[in-house]
Amino acid sequence: MPRILVAVLGLLLASAGPARALEIFACEPEWAALAAELGGPDVEVFAATTARQDPHQIQARPALIARMRAADLVVCTGAELEAGWLPVLLRQGANPRVQPGTPGYFEAASVVVMKEVPTRLDRADGDVHAAGNPHIHTDPRNLLPVARALGERLARLDPAHAEAHGLRQAGFLARLEPAIGAWERMAAPLRGVGVAVQHRNWVYMLDWLGMTEEAAIEPKPGVPPGAGHMARLVEDLPARKVRLILSAAYQDGRPSQVLAERTGARAVVLPFTVGGSEGAGDLFGLYEDTIRRLLAAHAGG
Amino acid sequence: MMMPRLLTAAFLGLVALPARAEESGLQGVRQEVARMRADYEARIQDLEKRLVQAETRSTSADSKADEARKTAEQAADRAKGAKPPESASGFNPSIAVVLNGTATAMKRDPGIYRVPGFALGDEAKPLERGLALGESEVTFSASVDQALYGALTLAYSRENTVAVEEAFLQSTALPWGFTLKGGRFKSGIGYLNEQHAHTWDFADAPLPYLLMLNGAYADDGAQLRWLAPTRMFVELGAEGFRGAAHPAGGAAAKGMGANSVFAHVGDDIGKGGEWGAWRLGVSELWTRTEERKTNSDNDTFAGRDRLTVVDATYKWAPDGNFAERHLKLQGEYFHQQETGRFNELRDETTRQGYYAQAVWQFMPRWRAGARYDRVWADDVSADLAETTLDPQGHVASRQSLMLDYSTSEFGRFRLQGNLDRSGDKTDQQVIFQYTVSLGAHGAHPY
Repeated sequence: MPRILVAVLGLLLASAGPARALEIFACEPEWAALAAELGGPDVEVFAATTARQDPHQIQARPALIARMRAADLVVCTGAELEAGWLPVLLRQGANPRVQPGTPGYFEAASVVVMKEVPTRLDRADGDVHAAGNPHIHTDPRNLLPVARALGERLARLDPAHAEAHGLRQAGFLARLEPAIGAWERMAAPLRGVGVAVQHRNWVYMLDWLGMTEEAAIEPKPGVPPGAGHMARLVEDLPARKVRLILSAAYQDGRPSQVLAERTGARAVVLPFTVGGSEGAGDLFGLYEDTIRRLLAAHAGG
Repeated sequence: MMMPRLLTAAFLGLVALPARAEESGLQGVRQEVARMRADYEARIQDLEKRLVQAETRSTSADSKADEARKTAEQAADRAKGAKPPESASGFNPSIAVVLNGTATAMKRDPGIYRVPGFALGDEAKPLERGLALGESEVTFSASVDQALYGALTLAYSRENTVAVEEAFLQSTALPWGFTLKGGRFKSGIGYLNEQHAHTWDFADAPLPYLLMLNGAYADDGAQLRWLAPTRMFVELGAEGFRGAAHPAGGAAAKGMGANSVFAHVGDDIGKGGEWGAWRLGVSELWTRTEERKTNSDNDTFAGRDRLTVVDATYKWAPDGNFAERHLKLQGEYFHQQETGRFNELRDETTRQGYYAQAVWQFMPRWRAGARYDRVWADDVSADLAETTLDPQGHVASRQSLMLDYSTSEFGRFRLQGNLDRSGDKTDQQVIFQYTVSLGAHGAHPY
C-alpha cells in the first residue's frame, strides 16, 4: 500500500510541475506545423488530427483527452470549426491551464479578419459558422498575424525561452513574407480563373490568388449534393467557364471527378493542410505544392 | 558611410529653408532654390546611383509592400478589437433542444410487460405503442464562472410530465487532473449510462440497462474523477448517491444509499487513430434499499444490490476520417447480485446479461446497425419460487436491426426492427423514430 501511495503521489507531482518542453495540443496539422516552427526544440507538439481527416467531424477520442490533460497550450482554429469535439475534450481533459480565456488557450481565428460572417444564423443554410468561414489557413497571409500572436503567447507561457521564441518568430516571418511574394508571382497565371469547389473551404485562398468561386458542389455547407444539384452543375460549370474543380485531400473526390468528366473542367485534389500530399511536408511545402497543382491543372486544361 | 551624412545635410537644408525665404522674399527663394539645386544635383546623382545598386541587392519593393500589408493587418486587427460588446443576453446559457418521437408497431401491450426473474422499475418497458412523443429534452448549460460549469436538462417523460433529468455543477479549475461534479447527474458507470438517449444508436435501451438499471442510473449525488497524467487515457472515478433510483430506492442509509467506482482506459491505434480507437471500462455500483416498490407497487424489496459492469468500445474509420464511412463496435456485460428480503422472503439472487452491437456508416448520412441482447437470472431458492424473481428457466433476449438516415448533423430518422424475446412472449416490433437537435451545437463524448 505505501508503495502505491508513493507511486500515485509521484504521478501527481510529475503532473503538477511545469514540463521542460512546452506541450502543445494543436487541433489541426497547420497549427501543429506553425507551433513547431515557432517553438522549435522548446516545445513538444501533438497534432490531434491529420490531413486525411475532416476537421468538422472528429471523435473526442480517449487519446485526445489524455493529451489535453498534459497540454500547456491548446492551439485551434476556433470559429466553431471544432464545436463538435473540442468542448468535450476541454471538459473531460481536466486541465485548468488550457480552458478558454486562459493564456493556455489560443484560437487562430481570433486574430484574423474573417470572411463570410453570416448576416443571418439559420441551420436551414447548412453548416454555417457564426464567426465566419473558419478555413483561414488556406491564405498564407493569415499566418502572419497568427504567427505574431502565437509567438507572443509562447514567450508569455515560457518566459525562460522568450528570447529563443522571439528569434524563431522573427526568422519564420522573415522567411514567410518573401515566400508569399514568390508564391503570388508563381500563381500569377491563375488570376481570374473560375473554379468550382467541393466544400466552401477555399474562400481565403481564392481571394489571395485572385481566383473566383463560380459554384460549390455542396448545395449548402456540409450538405452532400443530390442528383438534381449535380445535373444543374453539369450545365452551370461550362456556362460559367469553370476550369478547375477543387477538393481537399480528406474529401471524397468522386463528385468532383464525375463533374470533371461531364464538363471538361479539371478536378484538382489539393493537400488543404500540412501532410495532405507528399509535397506538403511543412507550411512552405503546403502553399508551394498547392500552387503547383493548380498551375499544372490550369496548364493542362 | 556617406549616405546618412548627406541625408542629414539635406534635411537641415530643408528645415532652414522657410526662415531664409521670409528674409529675402520670393526672388531670394528662387535664387536660393536654384543654387541648392545645382549644389545637390551632383550629390543626388550620386545617391541615385547608390540607390540603384542597393535596389538590385535588396528587394526593397517587396519589403515596402509587406510593410503596407502589415499596417493594413494591424488596422484590421484593431478594428476587430473595437467590436461593440455583446448585450447582456450574451451571458445567457446555451440552449440545446432535442425533439424525439416514435411510431411503433408491436403485438404486446407494454403496460403489462413482465420479464420472469426481474423486479422491473417503472421505466423498464418497451417503447409506447403507436404514435408517441419520445424522450424530448432541453438542456441549458454555461460556465458559471472561472471555476465552474453548470447544466440543467429537463426531459419529457412518458407520464406526460417534465422531469429534471440532470442538474449539476462541474469543476473546471481543479489541479492535478481532478474533476468534481455535484447535483443530479447520470452516473459514470458503464459506457451508455452517461449518454443521453438521443445519442444512442438504437431507439431503445439495451436489455441489461432496461432490466437492471431501469434505463440508466441517474441520481442526486457527487462524483470525483481523476485523469492520470499518462499518454494513454486512464480515468478513475468514485461517486456517492442519495439512493433514490432503481435498483436503489427509498434513499436508504440516511440519504446516502448508493456508491460507485469506475475505471476507464483507452487509446488510439496508429497515428491519429488511423487504425481505430478503443475504450475499456470496469464499474461497480453498490446500492442499499429500505423499501423498493416494483411491479406496480405489488413487490417490495429491502437489502443490497451489487452491480458490476464491463464495457468495451472500438471505433474505426478509413484514415481515421469519420466523415465518409465508419464502424462502431460496442458491448457491455452486467453482473448483479442481490441480498435482502423480497416481499419478506429471503432473497439471494444473481442476474447477468450483455449486449453487443455494431453500427456501420456505409455512406455519408446512412448507417446500418445490428444488436444482440441477452439477460438471464440464476435459479432461485424454493422460498422465491413462483414470485416475480423466479425466472422459471426464462432467458430474455432480443435481436435488433436498424437503418438510419441523417438529414444533417442535427436531424436523424431511424427505422428499427426488433425480434423481442425478453418478455414472456415473443414479440415482433417495428419502430420508426425521429431525433432532431435545435439550438446550441452539441459535442458528444466518445
